[in-house]
Amino acid sequence: MLDTANTTPRSFQEIILRLQNYWATQGCAVMQPYDMEVGAGTFHPATTLRSLGPKHWAAAYVQPSRRPTDGRYGENPNRLQHYYQYQVLIKPSPANLQELYLGSLRAIGVNMDLHDIRFVEDDWESPTLGAWGLGWEVWCDGMEVSQFTYFQQVGGHDCHPVSGELTYGLERLAMYILGVDHVMDMPFNDPDALIPLSYGDVFKQTEEEYARWNFDVANTDVLLKQFEEAEAECVKILSLEPIDPKTGKRIIMVHPAYDQCIKASHLFNLLDARGVISVTERQAYIGRVRALAKQCADAFILTDAGGHNA
Amino acid sequence: MADLLIELFSEEIPARMQGRAAADLKKLVTNGLVEAGLTYASAGAFSTPRRLTLSVEGLLDASPDTRVERKGPKVGAPEKALQGFLRGAGLSMDDLEIRDDKKGQVYFASIAKPGRPAADIIAGVMDSTIRNFPWPKSMRWGTGSLRWVRPLHSILCILSREEGAEIVPFDIDGIKSGNVTQGHRFMAPGDITVSSFDDYAQKLKSAFVMLEAQERADHIWNDATNQAFAQGLELVDDKALLAEVAGLVEWPVVLMGAIAEDFFDLPGEVLQTSMREHQKFFSVKNPKTGRIEKFVTVANRETADNGATILAGNQKVLFARLSDAKFFWENDLRIASAGAAPWIESLDHVTFHNKLGSQAARIDRIAALARDIAPTVGADADLSEAAARFAKADLSSEMVYEFPELQGLMGKYYANHAGHPVEVANAATEHYSPLGPGDDVPTAPVSVAVALADKLDTLTGFWAIDEKPTGSKDPFALRRAALGVIRLLLENEVRVPLSDLIGKGLTQLEDKAATEHSAASGNLLAFFHDRLKVYLKDAGIRHDVIDACLAMAGNDDLTLVVKRARALSDLLGTEDGTNLLQGFKRANNILSQAEDKDGVEYSFGADVKWARDDTEIALFNALKTQGKAISTAIEAEDFAAAMGGMAALRAPIDAFFEAVQVNAESDIVRRNRLNLLGQIRKICSEVADLTKVEG
Repeated sequence: MLDTANTTPRSFQEIILRLQNYWATQGCAVMQPYDMEVGAGTFHPATTLRSLGPKHWAAAYVQPSRRPTDGRYGENPNRLQHYYQYQVLIKPSPANLQELYLGSLRAIGVNMDLHDIRFVEDDWESPTLGAWGLGWEVWCDGMEVSQFTYFQQVGGHDCHPVSGELTYGLERLAMYILGVDHVMDMPFNDPDALIPLSYGDVFKQTEEEYARWNFDVANTDVLLKQFEEAEAECVKILSLEPIDPKTGKRIIMVHPAYDQCIKASHLFNLLDARGVISVTERQAYIGRVRALAKQCADAFILTDAGGHNA
Repeated sequence: MADLLIELFSEEIPARMQGRAAADLKKLVTNGLVEAGLTYASAGAFSTPRRLTLSVEGLLDASPDTRVERKGPKVGAPEKALQGFLRGAGLSMDDLEIRDDKKGQVYFASIAKPGRPAADIIAGVMDSTIRNFPWPKSMRWGTGSLRWVRPLHSILCILSREEGAEIVPFDIDGIKSGNVTQGHRFMAPGDITVSSFDDYAQKLKSAFVMLEAQERADHIWNDATNQAFAQGLELVDDKALLAEVAGLVEWPVVLMGAIAEDFFDLPGEVLQTSMREHQKFFSVKNPKTGRIEKFVTVANRETADNGATILAGNQKVLFARLSDAKFFWENDLRIASAGAAPWIESLDHVTFHNKLGSQAARIDRIAALARDIAPTVGADADLSEAAARFAKADLSSEMVYEFPELQGLMGKYYANHAGHPVEVANAATEHYSPLGPGDDVPTAPVSVAVALADKLDTLTGFWAIDEKPTGSKDPFALRRAALGVIRLLLENEVRVPLSDLIGKGLTQLEDKAATEHSAASGNLLAFFHDRLKVYLKDAGIRHDVIDACLAMAGNDDLTLVVKRARALSDLLGTEDGTNLLQGFKRANNILSQAEDKDGVEYSFGADVKWARDDTEIALFNALKTQGKAISTAIEAEDFAAAMGGMAALRAPIDAFFEAVQVNAESDIVRRNRLNLLGQIRKICSEVADLTKVEG
């Protein structure tokens, strides 16, 4: 691995590449983003599902994440409806996970001798995933740069062994390291590249487009219908007999079902951004998504990856 | 004698849990030691973000030897029984002695229990302490099953004596006890071997760890105050924040920075809240301008650039945060200055409770109630209604959405900008009060009207839909609301029949509430009475004294009830009072018995001409004089005077009972005396129902 400690990266992508490199060196499987719209890196099956069951696991990946309500037409220096999270999940959590994490900050150019790094209590809970854990938000000079969680429960199941999860909000972290005040001004590739591109060159227009669509245009009748369909499909997939009549193999279709759960979750977020979900209905929708997540978790532990035959 | 040092070294413990955890560690370990016979001279507990430490001094080297006696079978009992006893106790015949017992001679075994070495006892106590530690929230990690607040990394446990230190050996879920700890995570990483508490504390200090939370807090406070003072500024006091920050650092380094002038226009409360909640910064005020112009942040380390990078980073985060706050503030002011109509309209879409309708519907009810209450508290009805209508407007503002704790406070600013009179603006803040037993009660009439209306609507609403508090569950804080009403009424000496207000509140809910109003109403008044008893108990007035006053007419006028109760309580605190109570009870008992027996009520017709004794005549005269005085006093609600009248009856009543037999032989004299007692009962009962008073 290239020794990059204490050298300052020059672009957003260099920070991502250094993280990939660092966690690969630490033995994680460097995975690719999940190919669906999700609200956070935790939704990637490499985290949600793989944190369940007894099998050991170590994965790291970038996950594009969407939070429709956070859209600001690309004008707010810190808020985006589409952004990137860097996610690391290691099961069982190693004893030196804090040191490994601090090593990753060094790798992306944070000089530990000059900065003030703190672990501040912040317990994590995802009502839609029926998951919770204890941990911290990590502060660098008063800024939250990561979420650090020891998973205790996912999909209503106790985690045994416990996974350690790290989530980096990449834009915010990168802006800090690169000394940029507005996300759109951040160099995406190297500023000295043949064609230097800023974050704004890549995403300003899409932020505008999605903000308009998320807030004012998305057809709520269609979204509601799709939510119902995803919910029904998820339940139906999981209700089928494990034995596939065609191949005669035992195939529990957890991942296809979980895709529908992810879809329902994102559709709920879109409906929320459109302002058509009242305070009381909110809880009911969250409960419906959680019920799907729970059923997927129940099914996953009956599969090989979930440790069924282990 | 030995000294014990224990350190439980873990990943970062939440600041809010550290103090309690240190105290729990001390309690659990020392209790365990003492129970096992290991006494000690003194103990002290300490906490930092990464460690809980306990130092126990002057500990016994071993628990003392003891003997346990066991009673065996009788002498001459079957051989089998004797053998069974010996087997059970692990003894032979030679160990037994024969003693005389009530039923004859009996075998006794006296079993020596040798003391256990301190280390053995400590190992056992530590095992159970760690496994059963009362963390508010705990977790598992890795593949283990041990629970701790965050992963536990090492356990230091040593016994030190003059000749040296020894590790107390044990192992909990794979963590072996040792004599090693670590210094500051960044400034002095690496292992430190320690041999005693003094050695430990001193080596930690060299490794940039201040062990005592109080020392860290003092250091922060002193340094911050000095830095502010040097620039002619003042640090804003915040004890809770100080305690929290002291739990976030092992080596506090105080840094002061400037707030950009762009943000000086923000209300001080906004600056302070944003800085405290998001960043755990202290506010620094310029006494000349009265504004918050600087901040203090506490870093966990020293750096080669004297904190310049850290301060710059913090300042940058603050700038982003305050930019957000300024954005909210300016948006909010635009809406407020135009009259805040969009906020008030939007409350229509906010559900207060699914059975009690929207916030807008609730505000309509509060406004109507505030109008009704206004005259009784000396407030203008129109102003009170206007204040009620504006009181919740800020709930729709962006600032309150971001900082819910600023509700009410922002309302005041926005009301000013909306051009409302000062009474309306103040009511926006004050109508939430009093929030707790220590909170100030508003006194401005409009604020009082809206505060009462708000709380009464909440209480009648949840009563009507049968969501009353049960046991320890009070999710809608109804007890607090009732206490608020009580304090508002009492401290402002408001005279109003509470039943009327409850009735009005319930009537407004007609559509929403299916419950029988009258039932809910009586029920709610009883709830107020219960809360009143709890409240007055803290003020030193006994529940039976309050019961005696609640039994009187007008018991829904709490101010009256309390005036009466205070006077009665004062009277019962005097010798005259307690004796009068005895006299009254005696009179009442004799009367009740006679009335039961005779089947009549002795309530009138006592005539002084049948009096046979001087004390009897004196009592007649006293009742006549004091009876009038008491009636007049009661009419004037001068309860102190009424009690004085009762106190004056004590001597004649006592003298009467001393000298006179009520059940005289002559029936006329007897009846006359019973009727005289009836007068005592009647007069006293005007003041309070003394039958309810205990003693």
